Amino acid sequence: MNLVRRNLTFWRVIFTLIMAGGLWATYLRFVYGLGAVTNLSDRFPWGIWIGFDILCGVGLAAGGFTIVAIVHIFNLEQFKPILRPTILTAFLGYVLVVVALMFDLGRPDRIWHPMVMWNPHSVMFEVAWCVMLYNTVLALEFAPAICERFHLETARKLIKFISVPLVILGVVLSTLHQSSLGSLYLSVPGKLYPLWYSPFLPVFFYISAIAAGLAMTIFEARHSANAFGRSMHLPILSKLASVLAVILAFFLVLRFNDLRHREVLSLLWVPRMETYLFWLEIGLSAVGATMMFLRPVRRSASALYVASLFVIFGFLANRLNVSLMGMEGASGTHYIPKWTEVMVTLMVIAIGFAVFRLVANYLPVFDEPAEEEEEFETVPAAHEHDFALTAGD
Amino acid sequence: MSRAILYDSTLCIGCKACEEACTTRQGLPYNDKVAAEEQTSAHKLTAIRTFGERFSRKLCMHCDEPTCASVCPVKALHKTELGPVVYDETRCIGCRYCMQACPFQVPSYEWTSRTPRVKKCDMCYDRQLAGKPTACTEACPTNATICGEHDDMIREARRRMAEKPNDYYQRIYGLREAGGTSVFVLSAVPFEKIGYNTRIPQESIPPLTWRALSAVPDVVSAGSVLLGGIYWITHRREEVAKAEGPQSKGGRQ
Repeated sequence: MNLVRRNLTFWRVIFTLIMAGGLWATYLRFVYGLGAVTNLSDRFPWGIWIGFDILCGVGLAAGGFTIVAIVHIFNLEQFKPILRPTILTAFLGYVLVVVALMFDLGRPDRIWHPMVMWNPHSVMFEVAWCVMLYNTVLALEFAPAICERFHLETARKLIKFISVPLVILGVVLSTLHQSSLGSLYLSVPGKLYPLWYSPFLPVFFYISAIAAGLAMTIFEARHSANAFGRSMHLPILSKLASVLAVILAFFLVLRFNDLRHREVLSLLWVPRMETYLFWLEIGLSAVGATMMFLRPVRRSASALYVASLFVIFGFLANRLNVSLMGMEGASGTHYIPKWTEVMVTLMVIAIGFAVFRLVANYLPVFDEPAEEEEEFETVPAAHEHDFALTAGD
Repeated sequence: MSRAILYDSTLCIGCKACEEACTTRQGLPYNDKVAAEEQTSAHKLTAIRTFGERFSRKLCMHCDEPTCASVCPVKALHKTELGPVVYDETRCIGCRYCMQACPFQVPSYEWTSRTPRVKKCDMCYDRQLAGKPTACTEACPTNATICGEHDDMIREARRRMAEKPNDYYQRIYGLREAGGTSVFVLSAVPFEKIGYNTRIPQESIPPLTWRALSAVPDVVSAGSVLLGGIYWITHRREEVAKAEGPQSKGGRQ
């Protein structure tokens, strides 16, 4: 117990430091402008706030629509226990993406402009609408938890009544904007390194987001199990993992087929930074997928967790390669984020963990109490009913 | 009836009069420090670059099908009928996708402002509307920069190349770049030797994203039907089971 206490204090200190740094960076951002807090330039106008906070954030939140589709559309009831926490993860993810966007936009006060000033030829316009609408869908999909907590029967019934079209809308919107984040980069054929520039970018972004979203679901389940003393639902996650492994294997084969069709396979052996980064990305994903194909891994909570980390890091590497490292060569400049950019990003993540914890403490996010956990030691921290914000567990 | 600029780098003497005229027109200060900068920026919308004895000039290319205008989510940029690609700062939300997407790396941003704007050459749209030449054309003492009708500028470029084939590298930069532009450049040497990006795609870029975007209605319609159909099938099984459940039990009894 002592260990847990010390652990919590450790994370609390980290959390406080991140929040302090992040708030200071926020102050600098909104008083002195983007130039004061970022290393962005005319030659490199998009940094980690787009590449990490938005591209990675949206992708990792893809578990929301995937699990919703599995449970509601495919009617696989067995996955229901992980539905709510996954929706919560997705909802928080998307809200935080909008928060990050407020930092990155030069004129955040005009974030509403795409609602009235239309350009249907712009991918960004489409993404803006999808994210806006999907945020609403996620809010409604999570709303039953709020209704149950406060006994709002009418509202709950109303949402239940529209739930089927709502679910379908959510999946369609996700399909659109997950792929469109890849389409954003279709407009930079001369700039993005050929290992990543492909007419299939939207397809790749979509498939890899599904894989990353499922990996994130496993990641989140493990952390919730630790933090709240809930069941990790290992049998369910193990099934997800086998689906994930197949999707990832499919994705990796597609990637190489695409390279072959574009006749750039020879680039795989050119000794330069992009090559190493490409192999790093592929390697991480391949290790994650291979692990998940192995039954012993799927049967062990901690091994499965490690495998999901590999998948998540492979995904992050892919998005950062496309948005940052793959764009550097042609830009004629070098981009390394300023500490303030990193601080804001860390703050956004920390807020995500903290709000998840807070919401999970007060709303019925997890359906049933902990069962006997299969093989790993559960750390019961939930009974502390901590009001204090802690950065995760 | 569309206007264009022809910049003949073989005539350019690097006096930077175009820079000064352009910067002054923007109401921005022009001094030795600004003159020494060889890059365009939010406070310098055209720049003369020095390559030994030769000079080159950077400015917005005013593409026929501008990528910047196609990617802008709020239509803050658009191609005018007159030729210039212009920017409406009242619409701009500052996403900087135009900067990210521009194949020529033209748009600049007011990074240090609290209400930043995108800045780029607008080919003196207001002056051209009034029938006047661009400020840079007017200021150029050697006629290295001229402006006029789009097709006339191409004809003039070709005439010069044909007349003195030894003085010119036989290509017009801007004719095919990004599917064609409204700024044409002539040079004595290959363009990459005087700082021009020669790896610009030779076809128009907006169709690349439009191809993906035009699939949106397909995803919405086909996706909804497919998902709705799967829902119907998976839940129908359940209903059938429910309806038949007690009956079949009854049958067995």
